[in-house]
Formats: sequence, structure tokens, C-alpha cells
Amino acid sequence: MKRSKTLELGVGLFMLAGILGMVFLGLRVSGMSVQAPSDTFRLEANFANIGGLKSRARVTMAGVTVGRVVAVELDTDWYDARVVLEIDGELEGQLSRDTTAAILTSGLLGEQYVGLTVGGDPESLADGDTLRDTQSALVLEELIQQFVSNMVSD
Amino acid sequence: MIQRIRRLGGWGCDLLESLGRASIFLMQSAVGVPSREGLYLWVRQMHFIGVLSLAIVLVSGLFIGMVLALQGYTILVDFGAEDALGQMVALSLLRELAPVVAALLFAGRAGSALTAEIGLMKATEQLTSMEMIGVDPLRRVVAPRLWAGFVALPLLTVGFGVVGIYGGYLVGVDWLGVFEGSYWSNMQASVDFVDDVGNGILKSLVFAVVVTWIAVFQGYDLVPTSEGISRATTRTVVYSSLAVLGLDFVLTAVMFGGLA
Amino acid sequence: MFVNFTGMVEPMSDTPFVAVEGLHFVRGDKEIFRGVDMTIQRGGVTAIMGPSGSGKTTLLKLIGGQLIPEAGRVLIDGQDVHRQSRRALFTMRRRMGMLFQSGALFSDLSVFENVAFPLRVHTDLPEAMVRDLVLMKLEAVGLRGARELMPSELSGGMARRVALARAVALDPELILYDEPFVGQDPISMGVLVQLIKRLNQALGLTSIVVSHDIKETLSIADYVYVIADGRVMAHGTPKSLDVDQDPRVSQFVHGEPDGPVPFHYPAMDFVSDMLSTGDPR
Repeated sequence: MKRSKTLELGVGLFMLAGILGMVFLGLRVSGMSVQAPSDTFRLEANFANIGGLKSRARVTMAGVTVGRVVAVELDTDWYDARVVLEIDGELEGQLSRDTTAAILTSGLLGEQYVGLTVGGDPESLADGDTLRDTQSALVLEELIQQFVSNMVSD
Repeated sequence: MIQRIRRLGGWGCDLLESLGRASIFLMQSAVGVPSREGLYLWVRQMHFIGVLSLAIVLVSGLFIGMVLALQGYTILVDFGAEDALGQMVALSLLRELAPVVAALLFAGRAGSALTAEIGLMKATEQLTSMEMIGVDPLRRVVAPRLWAGFVALPLLTVGFGVVGIYGGYLVGVDWLGVFEGSYWSNMQASVDFVDDVGNGILKSLVFAVVVTWIAVFQGYDLVPTSEGISRATTRTVVYSSLAVLGLDFVLTAVMFGGLA
Repeated sequence: MFVNFTGMVEPMSDTPFVAVEGLHFVRGDKEIFRGVDMTIQRGGVTAIMGPSGSGKTTLLKLIGGQLIPEAGRVLIDGQDVHRQSRRALFTMRRRMGMLFQSGALFSDLSVFENVAFPLRVHTDLPEAMVRDLVLMKLEAVGLRGARELMPSELSGGMARRVALARAVALDPELILYDEPFVGQDPISMGVLVQLIKRLNQALGLTSIVVSHDIKETLSIADYVYVIADGRVMAHGTPKSLDVDQDPRVSQFVHGEPDGPVPFHYPAMDFVSDMLSTGDPR
């Protein structure tokens, strides 16, 4: 059977374009990093209120993304929220024990994320450790309530 | 009254019967040992089904992305949230519009052509003569078209999504002045490869199977006259559009609606 | 009641190549065959004739194993066509060629590739040999020069000749012609008549020609079956049919417009129909 070279070339280009499109969607659109997924370690943090934090939210340090939230669940011992963080492996042994975690909001209506700030303790956190010092999410309604009650008491 | 119930029953039996025939048909033609010859036939069909549908799919993708950005911007700007434009465009395209619109275009462009082509082969006795030569037309004619459809539509869907996101970029960033960095970073922060891109492609794979199956079966099963061909072509477009939209609801409910 | 035995020639005594025994076939509510018996000898042209709609093409499809009869059987070289597995049936069909009414050339392949198709799918011959064989077959139908054309560029008669070349590509033992003369101008009709006769003699095959073109068919047939009303109405050599006294046979053979096969579709009496009022039914 005679084969048309241009036809095969066309199909080849078509499939190549599809694969490149997938790569584009992976890297550019979903911001996937190429590093191996095993290269991470886990920390836990308990918050009194996580506001609208969801799993897959970013974990940042000084504004740089260093990991993501992998799970959010209710801790029935304390009735607060336990958040499991997955942090880049290269930071293992670099974070001091007194590192603090805060739930922050990007912009007024933006998504919520976890911000980490390093302390001064010489000992460092290892896989599975829990962050003690946490700051809950700012809930707009609570803020307004506080503000109003302060106004009244003044 | 009894007559009506009987007619309903008859209709149900017909439906079941043709579903059964279509399933046997799918089994017989999709299952087979690939050969060098089969690979070549598949490449030819990829050309007819995939490459030749590329233009209409990409142009539509570009326009859909541009419209999404324009519409989204006018709403988001009221909340001062125009930075979230990238996220909105990307998520609506990847989860919903790319698989569905690409499948509908595919049904109109490639599906109807498949039905008409196979129908014409049947009407001109090409399928029968193939059988008399001792070649199974299910293997020779139907199987390469089915497999080409299964592969082509997901690829077209990816193309649709990419072009649409660039269309949104053109309108949002270049024209309406959304900050370029926030267009991409908001998108990257909110789009998950497996949940959004992966599920979108899974959707398009399901649509590919359904649309190609309907198109090829309608062509193979039609009444071999010119009227039969035109009716079957119409049926292909109607049935596959309905199937795509109906299945889309079910798939969306399972994938994103927390029903699973 | 249907068969007029006068002048019938007893078939030669050796086993028939194709035997049709007590064939019944129903499509929808219509009984197409009600017990058809035929014996077709090896190496000759047998014509099956009958008015339009008498199921001649259906009979060919039954012989080719594409349709399954309600009752009765078709034996080809002693093997029951309808008792074969799919694979065995496909093997059996390699020994058969069939020429379709429309030619049925594959519209996406050139003339050369159409004729080469059966060779490519059933044999592992080297390309040079396939080329030689295809050119031989095309030469036999006089279309060697048209090998690069696509089927859409051929006239109806040329398409049928290419289809004939394809049908004999694998040197079959049996070849079935479905209405080979329909819609042909006198020249290509003459060419086809010549070809069928010559191929049959040169390749020593057994031919079954289904047709209602009486003159052409009788000129090449060695033996003729006339079917009507789902049965064999008459059979014999062309000569014996020509002088057949049965009014139905003579109406068909001599092409008379009215006779036992009426000109009018069954209807109520014409005068009372004209006088009846209103109701179009």
C-alpha cells in the first residue's frame, strides 16, 4: 500500500501538538513542578479556626511557595482544626522548632494560604512534628464584631 | 390505553434491541489484533478525523477563550477581583467547555462525515463486496475509524483548552489590562493537574468513545439509500449532542460535585 | 404446477458444483423463496432469470453466505455454506468472486489498488508479483491503461470491468454476477457479454449470472433457471425455454407487456372506482 508522507507528517504533528498541549497545561496552567513528588516532608499544625482554608492551598515562607496543604481535618481532642502540610524536602532540618504558622489571605477576596515564619530555636523540626505556635484565619465577621463592640465600650 | 402501553413497550424493546446490536458491534470492531496494515489505516483515519477537524476546533477554542475573558472581566471587575480572571478562564475551559464544545464540534465535523462515509460504502455495496472478498469490514473499515476517534478527540480537547487560555490571555491581558503575572499565577495556584486537567481529559475520552461509536454505528446500521444516509447523518449529530450533554452532567456530578 | 418439464434437459450426471436444496427465505412478512431447488454444474454459465423483485439478488446473497435461509441448504462443492464458522466461511469465499450491480469498487483506492486488494489481504506475494498479476487481470478486461484512475473517474461500464478484474484476481472457481448488464449502453453491454464468456472459458470457472436482460443472458448461458413467485418456474437450455409453451415463461422470455403477470397492480374494478365518491382510498 502506498503511503502518503505528508499525511503521516500531518498526523505526527497533530499528535505532537496534543502532547505539547498536555505539557503546557501541566507546567504553565496548573503550575506543576517537575521535581520528584517523594522529595517532601510533613508537618502538622493546629488552628483554632481555619476560615476558608482548603487542601491544595499554598504554604509560603516570606512569600515564596514552599509546599502545600494536603489535609484539613477536625481534631476531636481539642475540637480545633488539624492541618497537614507538605513541605519541600530541602527545608527538612532547616526550620526551627518555634516556627509559627498563620493563615493569611491574598487580597481582600483572594484564596487563603498558610504562611510560615522561622523563629530562633536552635533545634529544628523533623518529619511528622507539630507546629505549636499558630495564628488563626481572620474571619471578617468576627473582626467587625470586635470593632463594633470596642466602639460601643469606648 | 392498552394500545398505548403496548406501543411504549414496543418502543422500549426496539431501543433495547438496537442498544444490544450497537454493543455487539462495538465489541466486535474495537477488539482486534493491531497489525502494520491496521496501523496505517488508523493513521489515515487520524488524518481525516483529527487533523482535518483541527482548524474548526482551534478557531472555536480561541473565540470561546476570548469571550470568557471578556464576560468574566466585566463581572470580576465589580468585585475588584479581575486578578482572578486567569483562574476563571482556565477552570471553566478545562473542566467544562473544552471537553463539551470540542465533542459537539467533533460530532458535527467528524461524526457526521463518518456516518455518511460508511453509509455510502454500505449503499454502494462496498462493505458487502469486502465481505465477499473475505475481509471483515468491521476490522477493515470500522475499527480504524473507532480507534482514530478515541485518540483524536482528547487531543483536540487539549488543543481547544490551550488555545482558549491564550484567547483569554489576549483579551484579558493585552486588551483589558489585567496584570500578566496575576493571570498566570492565579491560574497556577488554582488549577490542579490531576483534578482539573486530568478529569477534563477523562471526560473527553468518554465523549470520544460515545460520539465515535454513535457515528460509526449509525453509518453501519442505516438503510442503504440516499434518504437513509441523510437521516442517519442527522441522527448522529442529534444523538451524540444529547449524549455528550447528558453524560457531561453525570460526569461533572461525579468528578466535581462530590457525589463520588 | 409451476414447472413445465417438456424439453427439459437432464443435467449432467456428475456431482453438481453448487446445489440449492429446498430453500425458504422470509424477509419481514414477505416470503421471498418457497422451496427453490437448483443444481449448477461445474464449468459453465448458468443464468438465473426472473422479473424484478423476484429475489434474484437475494438468491446470490444466500449462495454467498451473506444471508441465512429459514430452511433448506446451499452446498458448494459438497460443503454447506450456512453451517460454516465465520472463519471457514471467509476461507470459502476466497474461492468465490462476486460482481456487484454497482461495481462496488472501494472509492478510496485507485483502480490498481482495487484489483490488488484481494491479493494483498490473502497472499504474501512480493510487490513485483502483485503488480504483474494486477496488470494481467487489468489487461484481460482491457483497462491496463486506466490503472492510476480513481473509481470516481470511471464510467459505469469501466467500473464494472474493473470490478470483474478484482473478482477474478484470486482465480476463483465460482463467480457470481449480479445484474451485470443493467444500465449499460449497447457497446459496454457487448463488451461485458464478451468478457463473461471469455473469462469463463479461459479460466475454466463456473459462472452464475443473475439478470433480466433476456437477449444478452440467453446468448451466453448454457443453462437457465427462471424464478418467479418464490419458486423455480422453469429451467432448461436457452433453446428449450425459447419454445416453452407455458404462458408465463413465454411472456417473460419474449417480453410481452401483459399476460399471466398482469400489467395492472391489483385494484378494484376500474369503472366502479371512477364512479365511487370522494374517499381517495
